[in-house]
Amino acid sequence: MTTFPERLRSLHSETPNRVALTLQFSGAAGATDDLSFSTDQLLRGANSYACAYADLGIQPGEVVVLILQHSEALVYSFWGAILQGAIPSIMPFLTEKLSPERYRADLSALISVTQPAAIVTYPEFEAEVKSALQAGDSVREVIVTNQVERNLLLDFDELAGFRRKPEDIVLLQHSSGTTGLQKGVALSHQAVFNQLNAYGKSLSLDENDVVVSWLPLYHDMGLIAGFILPILSGTHLVLMSPFDWVRAPYKLMHSVSKYHGTLSWLPNFAYNFCAQKIRDRHLEGVDLSTWRAVINCSEPVRWESHQAFYEKFGAYGLKYEALQTSYAMAENVFAVTQSPLGSEPAIVEIDREAFMTERVAKSPAEGRPTMKVLSSGRPLENVNVKVLDENRKEVVDGTIGEVALQSDCMLTSYYHREEATEKAFADGWYLTGDYGFTQNGEVFVSGRKKDMIIVGGKNVYPQDLEALTYEVPGVHAGRSVAFGMYNDEEGTEDVVIIAEVNSEDSVEQQKIADAIRSHVTKNSAIALRYVKAVDSKWILKTSSGKTARAANKEKFLAELQREKNTEV
Amino acid sequence: MSDVIPQLGTFLAEKILKQPDRKIAADEPLLSSGLIDSFSLMDVALFVEDTFDVRIEDTELNAETFDNLTQLAALIDSRKK
Repeated sequence: MTTFPERLRSLHSETPNRVALTLQFSGAAGATDDLSFSTDQLLRGANSYACAYADLGIQPGEVVVLILQHSEALVYSFWGAILQGAIPSIMPFLTEKLSPERYRADLSALISVTQPAAIVTYPEFEAEVKSALQAGDSVREVIVTNQVERNLLLDFDELAGFRRKPEDIVLLQHSSGTTGLQKGVALSHQAVFNQLNAYGKSLSLDENDVVVSWLPLYHDMGLIAGFILPILSGTHLVLMSPFDWVRAPYKLMHSVSKYHGTLSWLPNFAYNFCAQKIRDRHLEGVDLSTWRAVINCSEPVRWESHQAFYEKFGAYGLKYEALQTSYAMAENVFAVTQSPLGSEPAIVEIDREAFMTERVAKSPAEGRPTMKVLSSGRPLENVNVKVLDENRKEVVDGTIGEVALQSDCMLTSYYHREEATEKAFADGWYLTGDYGFTQNGEVFVSGRKKDMIIVGGKNVYPQDLEALTYEVPGVHAGRSVAFGMYNDEEGTEDVVIIAEVNSEDSVEQQKIADAIRSHVTKNSAIALRYVKAVDSKWILKTSSGKTARAANKEKFLAELQREKNTEV
Repeated sequence: MSDVIPQLGTFLAEKILKQPDRKIAADEPLLSSGLIDSFSLMDVALFVEDTFDVRIEDTELNAETFDNLTQLAALIDSRKK
């Protein structure tokens, strides 16, 4: 039994000068310099924040919200909160895509539930944060990064974080809802260590590993696999910003090559993105042979995406068996399963039609259409997985149902959302909301319950997007539908919105479609692929008046096909 | 320069927005409006390179460098060999 501060102290006493973290391109825009920090430097930087929190009266057990981009300040303010015993929670920074009004409203909603004592941000963003505050709310301090004084006198005995217990909450991780109230997943020190120990074994993690990550730290994959796991395990972390990666995906390959990276985690779309958008001229001299696992996680995993990635990067030393899979969620700290490293993840070839209609994975009969399904691996040693039918009865291997799990690394609660926490469990099993099946001890995840769309690694509730369309003038209330449509080329889902509008004029409909696109994007930060304004009565409803998303999707696909046929 | 804007407009409407009939005005904000997201920006850069033989660096893929077709066309024009 231990705590984050205790682990940091022992890492510091064992290897104070080992390089713990390299922050890439962290200076001004376009900076190429990488900054490396030893364990000692990292903890001294964090100590400055711990002292600042203490001076400002932030108590152990209080929440500190961090609104910062990838930077020294983000790293120090996070570990500083840990050293002070406060509970850090990293929130996304405002991007140009999202409207400031929506950002402010979401932040206010978050504050009202999470009740943070302080928010840390940049001087340039202080006014924005303050505009989200309301009289009488919980926030006592908005801490601006340039006001935090360097305090290099690192005295562990003075730090309040050492009085925290293993079962205390150590951090909050907010699930990626699109709008409104997000659920803050509260994790204890012990749960995180139970995950790190079990997952570390699955990965055969050791001090020679180098984790390379571009993932945002406000998602579980980036926060746990790409930040906490390497730092608390004493392995070198090379971290770049998602903003740098998305504009120059080749930088990931350069980093792996330069720092001899061994482990990375990527959402499925990133395999396609890297394979398609990196020019060969950007790969001259790149050597990816040190990469022992590139782990596909957080979106449904696709065999085709692995093939495309290997075809592109095999010539640069990438080993085929480095392509791995995992199934993970914040509620279990991170990984639920991991494919055994060193060999190709299991693949089953199943009958496509039976999979779609009867919800079973069975061997295809001669001549029937098939599909290749990639396993997400085997449960970690501390996790039990079972698959349930609609009556919550366990089903046999090969039958698709809801994935449920039990482990010693589950969340403590959804923070200040007791009701939501209770609803998430049944008979001591956590209900994931994901559909999947098991086969020979392997877990195959086939999709989300509740029509959830997963785009670019982000979970999107169609209801949220539909609600936003009703705010657009001309759209009939209750008469729009949003769904995801898998895009083979991109390896992720495209978002489609169809809305019934009060005009049958095609020019007018086009205008409303544009307005929907702009309004939904600005209020959800989700880019829409297809937006269609249609006449009344286009949308199909169930007998009880609910929008039948699957039926509408079928209708849309059929129309799209007809349009394509007439073009030819 | 005259045909650069229509070519860019057609590419954006067909490939990015999937609305071939959509007309994009030369001064219509593209990035700051959310019409083009960061993932599609790479496609714009690749299209420009393949079509006009002009490179746009990754550090230039932001609304300060270009936010509409006129600005993008001017950037392309200034770099044409």
